[in-house]
Amino acid sequence: MSLSEGTRPRHVPDRLTSRSQRVLRSWEALLIGVAVLIFIANTQASPYFLNPWNLSDATFNFTEKAMIGFAMALLIISGEIDLSVAGIIALASTAMGYALQFGIGTPGLVAIGLGVGLLCGAFNGVLVTRLGLPSIVVTIGTMSLFRGIAYIVLGDEAYNGYPSSFAYFGQGYVFWVISFELVVFLILALIYGILLHATNFGRRIYVIGNNPTAAVFSGVRVQRIKMTLFLLTGLMSGVAAICLTSRLGSTRPSIAYAWELEIVTMVVLGGVSILGGSGSILGVVIAALVMGMVTFGLGLLNVPGIVMSIFIGALLIGVIALPRLIALLRARRA
Amino acid sequence: MAPKDYSPRAAADTAAPVLELRGISKSFPGVKALSDVALELRPGEVTALIGENGAGKSTLVKILTGIYQPDEGEIRVDGEPMRFATATAAADAGVTAIHQETVLFDELSVGENIFLGHAPHTRLGLMDWARMNREATAILDRVGARIDPTIPLRELGIANKHLVAIARALSVEARVVVMDEPTAALSQKEIEELYELVERLKAEGKAILFISHKFDEVFRIADRYTVFRDGEMVGAGRLDETSEDRLVELMVGRSVDQIFPQRHPVLGGEVLKVVGYSHPTEFADINFTLRKGEILGFYGLVGAGRSEFMQALFGVTRPSKGAIRIDGKVAVIRSPTEAIAQGIVYVPEDRGKQGAITALPIFQNVTLPSLDRTSRSGFLRMAEEFRLAREYTQRLDLRAASLDQDVGNLSGGNQQKVVIAKWLATKPKVIILDEPTKGIDVGSKAAVHEFMAELAAEGLSVIMVSSEIPEILGMSDRVIVMREGRMAAEYDRADLTPETLVRAAAGLEEAA
Repeated sequence: MSLSEGTRPRHVPDRLTSRSQRVLRSWEALLIGVAVLIFIANTQASPYFLNPWNLSDATFNFTEKAMIGFAMALLIISGEIDLSVAGIIALASTAMGYALQFGIGTPGLVAIGLGVGLLCGAFNGVLVTRLGLPSIVVTIGTMSLFRGIAYIVLGDEAYNGYPSSFAYFGQGYVFWVISFELVVFLILALIYGILLHATNFGRRIYVIGNNPTAAVFSGVRVQRIKMTLFLLTGLMSGVAAICLTSRLGSTRPSIAYAWELEIVTMVVLGGVSILGGSGSILGVVIAALVMGMVTFGLGLLNVPGIVMSIFIGALLIGVIALPRLIALLRARRA
Repeated sequence: MAPKDYSPRAAADTAAPVLELRGISKSFPGVKALSDVALELRPGEVTALIGENGAGKSTLVKILTGIYQPDEGEIRVDGEPMRFATATAAADAGVTAIHQETVLFDELSVGENIFLGHAPHTRLGLMDWARMNREATAILDRVGARIDPTIPLRELGIANKHLVAIARALSVEARVVVMDEPTAALSQKEIEELYELVERLKAEGKAILFISHKFDEVFRIADRYTVFRDGEMVGAGRLDETSEDRLVELMVGRSVDQIFPQRHPVLGGEVLKVVGYSHPTEFADINFTLRKGEILGFYGLVGAGRSEFMQALFGVTRPSKGAIRIDGKVAVIRSPTEAIAQGIVYVPEDRGKQGAITALPIFQNVTLPSLDRTSRSGFLRMAEEFRLAREYTQRLDLRAASLDQDVGNLSGGNQQKVVIAKWLATKPKVIILDEPTKGIDVGSKAAVHEFMAELAAEGLSVIMVSSEIPEILGMSDRVIVMREGRMAAEYDRADLTPETLVRAAAGLEEAA
C-alpha cells in the first residue's frame, strides 16, 4: 500500500528528455526555421543573392556586431547590460587614429584598440561592481561619455591613412570568399560557446542571472565574475573597433552609431532573456545570420535604411511574440 | 464516486450543505495535486481542513475561489451544479477567501478596500464617499473592529488587515468564507479576537472552511474536520468524535512518537570556537564552542539576531569585532567562498531567495559549490555532476521526476533537501541550519531531523537555528538562547524544559 511505498528510496533518473529532443523544441530550432525562410525569400527576391561574393559581403553586416554580441549575451544572462559598446568602438577607433598621427604601426594600433576597449570595460565594471550602481544607468552614461570624448578629439575631422597592413583585419580574405572577419566570428562563436556552456565560469553566469543572492550564499564570487564580463565586453568592443576601422579605412566620431541597440536586438532575438538567466550562444549566432541576411536582402532590393530598421523591429517583436501566441491559442483550444 | 469514510451520522444531523465538492481531481505536469476529494460546507458550521504542506489544501482553495479549474468532479452550490470559471464567478456564488496574501491595496483607504469593485456611486457616476464610509463603518462594527474607514490601509497592522479582509467578505454577502491559516502572523490577543469573529460569522449562518496547522485552534473553533494527505481525502467527521492523536496519525500516516529520532551523541574535540563576535547593530559578544558530532540549538524570538549572527559566521556580512578558531587554528572568514573553503556552510532560512536557484535543475543546484571538484581544469563534466548529485540526493531520499527537473517544481520539503544536499556535497565540518524545517511538511520534517541526527553521528557539527520549541528540545545537545542580539542563556539539553526556554527568550529569567 501507499504507506510502505513512501518509506522506500525511490529511483530518480538523471534526465527524462534527451538533449536532442530539447534542441528540437527549442528557440534555436524556431530561429533556424526563420533563417531558412528568409534565405529562400532572398533567393526569390534577387537573382544576385546566391552569388558567393555577394553572400560573403553579406557577412560583414553582422560579423563585427556579433563579436560584441557574444560577450553581451554573457553579460545579459548574468543580469547586467552594457549599452556603451558603440561608444567604446568610437573611443577605441579615435585612439587608434590619434596614435596613427605619431607614426605608430599596425601592432601598436591593435594594442591600443584592445587596450582602450579593456579600459572602458574596466571603468563600467568598477562602477557597477564596486559602487553597486545599476549597469543600465552606468552604461547609458558612459555611452555618451565615450563617444563624447571622440567628438571632442575629432570634431568634424576624420582620421585617414591607416597603413596597408592594418587593412587586412577588415578587408582581408583568409581563403577564397572567406573573410578574416568571418573567421574571427566563427572562432569567437566557438570560444564563447564553450565558455558559456561547458565551463564552471559559464555555469556561474547562469546562476548569477537566475538568483544573485543565492549565488552569493553558494560561494560564487558574483562581483568578480561580473567584472570579468564587463572586461570581456570592453575587449570585444575593441576587437570590433579594429575590424570596423580597418574595413572603413577611416575614423569618424559617428562610427558605429546606435550599434548598441542592434547588438542588444541580436542577443534578444537569439533567445537570451533580457531579464537574465537563460540563453545560448548558438541562438546568438543564428540571430546574427538572420539579421545579416535580412539587411543584405533588403539592400539588394534597394530598400532604404529606415524601412530596414522597421523590418528588423517587426522581426524582433514577431519572433518573440510567436511562441507566446501559439501558447495562447493552444490554451484557448483546450 | 468512491464512498469515503464519512461518519454515518454526518448526513443526518444538520442543514443541507451550501457548498459541495464531489470527486474533485486536479493534476499539474508530473503531480497529482488532488485526487477524488470531496468536501461539504454547511451554514453555521466551521469545517477545519487539515493536512501537511503539499497535501493539496492550497489547490483546493484555488479551485474554490475559481483560480484553478478541476480536471474532474463537480461543485454544487445549494445542490445546483456550478462552474467556477473565474474568480468573479466564485465570488458571485458567495465564496470568498481570506489568506495571508489576500489582495488588499496598501495605498487605498480601508473603505475603498472593503468596497473595491462594488463601491456605491452617486447618480452622476462618481464615488459616493459618504455612503461608502458609513456602510464601511457599519460592516467594521459587525466584525468588532474599530477602524476609521478613511485611513489608508498601510497604516494598519496585520491583524487589522485581516479584519478588513473579513469586512470585505461580508460586504459582498459571502455565504462561504475560506480562511487559509488566518492566525499565522497574529499575536495571541489578536488570535482570540479572530476566534470571536469566527463565532460571530458562524452565528450569522456563514459556512466556514478553516485551514490550519495548529491543532489547539482547530479543536477550539471547528465543528468538523477533513484531513488531506498527498492530495487524497483520508478522513472526515465531527471533531468531538476524534482526538488530536488520531488526526496527526491521519495526516502523517504513522504514529506520532517517531517524530524525533533517538540519538546517542558521542562528542569529539572542539571544532569551532567563537570569541566575542560582534556587529555594529545586529548582535554583540557571542561566545561559544562547538564540538565534533554536536548539535547546538540557537533559540530566540524572531529578531533576536540569530540569523544575522549566522550570516556573519558564514561571511555574508563581516563582524566588527571577534575571532574564530577552526580546529584550534585562528581563521578569518570574509566571504561565503572562504567559509566554504574552511568547512563552514549555511542553509539559509529563506530557501527561495538565498538557498535554491529555482529556475535551474536539481543537479546544477547540488553541484554549484562543488564545481571545482566535479570539473576538470574549469571544464564541466556532466557525468561527474550527476554522480555527485545522485549520491547526495539519494541519501536525503529526494522525491523528484528526474535530477534534470527544475528545483522550482519541487515541494518545499524537497527543495530543502536539495539545498542540504548541495552543502553536504562540499563535505563540511560545520553545517548551520537556519530554521531547517520551516514551511515544509511533516514527513519531510521528520526526514530532515533524522538526517540531522545521522550527520551528527557521523561526526559533523550542526548549528541549528529554530523557533520551534519541540524541534530545539528534540534535536539539540546544547541550546543557546539569544535575546536582542546577545546570548541570554546557555543550557545543556538535560537541564532544559520548554518553560525555561521561553522565559530566557522573553527575558523573564531574572524574575524566576
